[in-house]
Amino acid sequence: MLSAVLHPGLLVIAGGLALAACSGRLRAVIALGAPLAAAALVVAAPDGVLWSGSYLGFEIVPYSVDRLSRLFALIFAVMAFGGALFALKQPSRLELPAALVYAGSAIGATLAGDVVTLFVFWELMAVGSTLVIWSAATPSAYRASMRYMAIHLLGGVVLLAGIAGHVSGTGSAAFVRFALDTPAHWLILAGFLVNAGTPPLSAWLPDAYPEASWSGMVFLSAFTTKTAVYVLLRGFPGAELLIWIGLFMVFYGIIYALLENDMRRILAYSIVNQVGFMVTGVGIGTEAALNGAAAHAFTHILYKALLIMSAGSVLYATGRRKCSDLGGLFRTMPFTTICGAVGALSISSFPLTSGFVSKSLTIQAAGDQQLLAVWLLLGAASAGVFLHAGIKYPWFVFFQKDSGLRPPDPPLSMRLGMALFAVLSIGLGVFYEPLYALLPFAVDYVPYTGWHVVSQLQLLMFSGLAFFAMLPLLRRTLTITLDTDWTYRRLAPALVDGLAAALEMAGAALARAAHALSGGIVGFVERHHGIEGVLARTWTTGGMALWVALMLAAYLLVYYL
Amino acid sequence: MNDHWLARPTTVRLLWGAFIAALALTVAAEFVVEHEAQFTLERVFGFSAWYGLLACAALILFSKGLGAFFKRPDDYYGEQDGDA
Repeated sequence: MLSAVLHPGLLVIAGGLALAACSGRLRAVIALGAPLAAAALVVAAPDGVLWSGSYLGFEIVPYSVDRLSRLFALIFAVMAFGGALFALKQPSRLELPAALVYAGSAIGATLAGDVVTLFVFWELMAVGSTLVIWSAATPSAYRASMRYMAIHLLGGVVLLAGIAGHVSGTGSAAFVRFALDTPAHWLILAGFLVNAGTPPLSAWLPDAYPEASWSGMVFLSAFTTKTAVYVLLRGFPGAELLIWIGLFMVFYGIIYALLENDMRRILAYSIVNQVGFMVTGVGIGTEAALNGAAAHAFTHILYKALLIMSAGSVLYATGRRKCSDLGGLFRTMPFTTICGAVGALSISSFPLTSGFVSKSLTIQAAGDQQLLAVWLLLGAASAGVFLHAGIKYPWFVFFQKDSGLRPPDPPLSMRLGMALFAVLSIGLGVFYEPLYALLPFAVDYVPYTGWHVVSQLQLLMFSGLAFFAMLPLLRRTLTITLDTDWTYRRLAPALVDGLAAALEMAGAALARAAHALSGGIVGFVERHHGIEGVLARTWTTGGMALWVALMLAAYLLVYYL
Repeated sequence: MNDHWLARPTTVRLLWGAFIAALALTVAAEFVVEHEAQFTLERVFGFSAWYGLLACAALILFSKGLGAFFKRPDDYYGEQDGDA
């Protein structure tokens, strides 16, 4: 059996390491071949435990497969292939190897049957993704990668503490469903949520991802957050808290994306928004909702990568990221415009796109459970997705005003990467049965009914009306909007500076007081023992005799008393 | 002006006309499809249409309000290297 010797994740990681030494045609063959081989391995792998062993007395399972892990490992492998195709023109010698190590670690994390293996791949992902950001080789990318790594190492430590608590409490390292009953399990949840981009530690995502290169952000958009969705699906299905966390993420993403001027930061906030839908599905926790979250992760990886590829092509061609500098690019970049529009329609869940057949599963599940508030909020959020990612992004980048820029469409390998994901996004929207067949539970939902199509079209078309009617309110300005990263980029340094200044002042005051005190002592000593001091000056013999007589008298007095 | 056909004022007017027709069509289509509402609220005529419109208006206004407090010049952190 091939699966006894070959692990899809390790295969992609090995491919990435080999890639570092390759160039030219061999580089392309390995970069495309390793993810393809991994995809084939994942599809061919049978259900069950494939690798197991023991480590520190615990049973560990580095390779186990079920329906859920196969779904995620497969889409990660497909994503690595499409991303590598798009990135073939990337001159950086570091980025593609790092991206494959990152992708392979994500595949490894989804195939991990125990929490120790999961943690190892989890940390390897942090290293790989940091290197992907780093390889953009700009000063701002370097600084962002350091902030990114700090947050992920913090998340890793929290997760490790939780895992250690869980293993010592239960004596088992198996990756099972956790109840929120012990501090250890809360820590595990917190560690997972850091990678999902959950507020308050969410700003790492829009802070760091847009600083990557035109191809680097494509990889980043897929693996970290979706691995987090996967572990939440496996570890915390039905944890009600996740409904509210997810809904918060959904609206946080929309609001910040609406305020944003940088096209790649718009798409980064949109990742948080989309992951919010999935987290909400995990929180609802019924089979239909878990199917919805899993299907949404699958399709989201494709259309979000497509959107970020179109933005990457614009960045590649123009060197610009700000909406206020862009516009009118449809004239000379028709291919990129069409691919970007397909991604925009898919993320908005237009009928005949992959978003329509996946996101509606979650919303339907909320309705089935008669969760009116959740259902209403998800509906408003769907309208908001069309607003920020479906229209705002393509409108300001490709249409809007004529910026005067006339860049050409990108090179063939980049166009092929976009074409592949555009075809998949439409294809899965039309032929959705293969996707439904891959989901963890049997699907009892028909996406294409007259009612579903009409109500979705109403929602989206009237959202479009709201966008164009309120366009003056959405005019782009050269601004950013403060996010929680302000606390560690401005507040914490200010506090440290303030503390340093206060300590300096206190030190100076202390020195002054010490000086005054020592001056006083010196004066006292000098008054008494100095040249003219009372105890140092020459005394007369008579005076001495008088003092001796007085002391003798005092002694006699005390003696007789 | 020899601009792209898509940017000509006549085309833009035509697109607006088509858009408004499409809006009307999606609402009118509610008469012909079979209802599968999960909530009674959904049975209100054109629910998705006006809910989508209102939700978007509310989101835009709320983000404007939030922006009034939290917007800063984009060189606020003093390390944006332009469009690099």
